[in-house]
Amino acid sequence: MSAAAAPTGLFDCRDAYVRTVEALAADDDRIVAVVNDSVGSSKLGAFQKRFPTRLVNVGIAEQNMVSVGAGLANGGKIPFVSGAACFLTARAMEQIKVDCAYSEANVKLCGISSGVAYGELGATHHSIEDVAWLRAIDKMTIIVPSDPWETAEAIKAAAQHDGPVFVRISRMPVPELPRTDPVFRIGRGEVLQKGGDLAIIANGTTVHHALAAAKTLAAEGIAARVINMSTVAPLDEALVAAAAATGAIVTVEEGLSKGGLGGAVAEFCAAHAPVRMRMLGFPGFAPTGSAAWLMEHFGLTAPGIATAARELLGAVKAG
Amino acid sequence: MSNSQGAIAPATYGEMQADRTTRVAHVRERANWMRRRLLGMILAAGQGHPGGDLSATDVVATLYFDILRIDPTRPNAPDRDRFVMSKGHCTGALYSALAGAGFFPEADLDTYLKPESKLNGHPNRTYLAGVETNTGPLGHGFPVAVGIAIAGQIDDADYRVYALTGDGELQEGSMWEAAMLAGHRKLGKLTVIVDRNRLQQGARTEETNSLEPLADKWRAFGWDVVELDGHDHAALIDAFDAAAAPRDTPRVIIANTFKGHGVSYMRDQAGWHHGVPSADQYALAIGELEAEIQS
Repeated sequence: MSAAAAPTGLFDCRDAYVRTVEALAADDDRIVAVVNDSVGSSKLGAFQKRFPTRLVNVGIAEQNMVSVGAGLANGGKIPFVSGAACFLTARAMEQIKVDCAYSEANVKLCGISSGVAYGELGATHHSIEDVAWLRAIDKMTIIVPSDPWETAEAIKAAAQHDGPVFVRISRMPVPELPRTDPVFRIGRGEVLQKGGDLAIIANGTTVHHALAAAKTLAAEGIAARVINMSTVAPLDEALVAAAAATGAIVTVEEGLSKGGLGGAVAEFCAAHAPVRMRMLGFPGFAPTGSAAWLMEHFGLTAPGIATAARELLGAVKAG
Repeated sequence: MSNSQGAIAPATYGEMQADRTTRVAHVRERANWMRRRLLGMILAAGQGHPGGDLSATDVVATLYFDILRIDPTRPNAPDRDRFVMSKGHCTGALYSALAGAGFFPEADLDTYLKPESKLNGHPNRTYLAGVETNTGPLGHGFPVAVGIAIAGQIDDADYRVYALTGDGELQEGSMWEAAMLAGHRKLGKLTVIVDRNRLQQGARTEETNSLEPLADKWRAFGWDVVELDGHDHAALIDAFDAAAAPRDTPRVIIANTFKGHGVSYMRDQAGWHHGVPSADQYALAIGELEAEIQS
């Protein structure tokens, strides 16, 4: 929970988030922030100083926070509703369904410290179910950015998009990913590494681990395609279909694979492009432990991803 | 920016009529019409919530036909007054009022609850102009209305925000989250009306999970409280006129009402929460209402 700076070369995506919201707010007075006593954990202190009337702190009341966000949208505002992802989603689920999605309100829900960022605090504070829950709700756009650049682009795109959006923001330090052609569009995945032996589809904090796994596999003569699928809903089906054509897909996410990115890819493939898969994620309630330890322990870093890829290719070969 | 499209023409009766007697008579006629119309909708659909529709009718009629500054030709005008039906199951009252106010043709009321009708069992803003937010599950509309009032406060806008809640709905915790925030932020353009009919779906509120002392609860949350007879059109007009004056606290009007008011055999009977009249019962109700408006 300390505010210590991330190690050199690694970045806390919350910084890109608040920098972008603040820049947007300077140009557009419709932008407001709504928080549940989470000015600090959402890093919105500078926003509050700069736009004191445009930060609405509802106190510790997530249901009201989301409803108030929908009301602000009715009043012509573009609210960025920010809170710890675990409370924002679970506590306010019916408000997200009815007031935001079903009402098609122009609300931006920003789940902070998502996944297992609060590792030691235990499963109450892990937000590994959020994508699965929200994916079940019609009209929700769900974005899981992978690094600071993509976080900033996702926030800009969310502000432009007319309708409810969930942006899942981590506090786990990640590197800036190498991109030759950086273009972000809602609903479009990106191929970060070419390869035809199998496809690894990842998002959020796992993408850099997937790239590292691909490097390991390449040294063994396995060409793994690495896809960053930051938008989970709507899913980039063309990119998934192309990935299925390799004959093997591994999905990786810092969350439940059932119902999450893995579930989304599996649903599409089962109906349209049957393919052997491995879905990496947390199997259920996770124990206490640092975020880094949990990722390692549950096989969501490079060694675990590479192992899953080898096993899957072996299974495919065995028929 | 909320006023960028110019002021709304006062579409409502009260703004144009100084004569209080005329205003009261107009609301009385409209409420009677709404009662007859909503009973017809429920009869035709074979479903509905007549008890709560009829307890809320006089409040809703006063707002739509005397108080609200709304224009059905510009339903999304930024400076319109907002009315949020937090007790979203009472669509008989809401839809008859919206039709009467010109948001859609009266004939469309006959599609109520039919497959793919825009007159859904609970109001949907994407189907129907004039609905501000989708409601149905209790504890949603009022908190959204608080958010609208905060947007108006940030912009220093002129529009007023009204929300009608059930009394049983006040058992939802989200209502008190919203009440606390509205009191804290001193939302002076917000008025909440509690349809205090003292009945919830199956029993009396006080036997289920008591609300009293209700006025004290609101006062403790930083609200002005007005209590009145929610079927007295003159009292409602006066209360809404007074609520429109500049103030720096949110106001709640506790409207003491009866479920099923206006139809003798439905009045104050829990069984009519979602009861449907037979053809004979419907004829009896219409007869009573026609006699009432001619008296």
